[in-house]
Amino acid sequence: MEKTLHDKIEGLIGSEKVYLFMKGTPDAPMCGFSAGVTNVLRSLGVKYGSFNVLADQTVREGIKEFASWPTIPQLYVDGEFIGGHDIVVEMARSGELQKKLGN
Amino acid sequence: MTVQEIKEKIQTGLPGSEVEILDPYKDGVHIKAIVKFSGFSGKSILEQHRMVYATLKDELKEEVHALGLETRVS
Repeated sequence: MEKTLHDKIEGLIGSEKVYLFMKGTPDAPMCGFSAGVTNVLRSLGVKYGSFNVLADQTVREGIKEFASWPTIPQLYVDGEFIGGHDIVVEMARSGELQKKLGN
Repeated sequence: MTVQEIKEKIQTGLPGSEVEILDPYKDGVHIKAIVKFSGFSGKSILEQHRMVYATLKDELKEEVHALGLETRVS
């Protein structure tokens, strides 16, 4: 991955404690999995930054390589990759996500 | 890539695993894999999912948009 793209992704992830790469926006998610993660974050009352990968093809591809993770959405907390939709839902169910978020 | 092929790929990559594929719309696209595997023991959910994805490495170069995943220790 190009250094500039890597730096850009790192900068985005570092811009907020909780950061989500998604398809669409929190108000208008463009895929069911992205919508699912925003629903979880909303239900927990979490403030987060987000990036719409549909608006930027280089980030859309770059983020998969960055995390070695094949799909989007991707959730980060304190710069750490947490997982995609299924993991976020499962961790919210078990209470593990709330712990990570410091709630 | 058929549902059956995905199932076989996972079972080959994680020997001894039990794999169930749900295909609720019968479209072979919006599928969910439920994987039970003894080797998940002691691993985080993230690591468990990574292990399943690793078995589908070639398939996932093309974005499998809607592969849901549920992993359990068997």
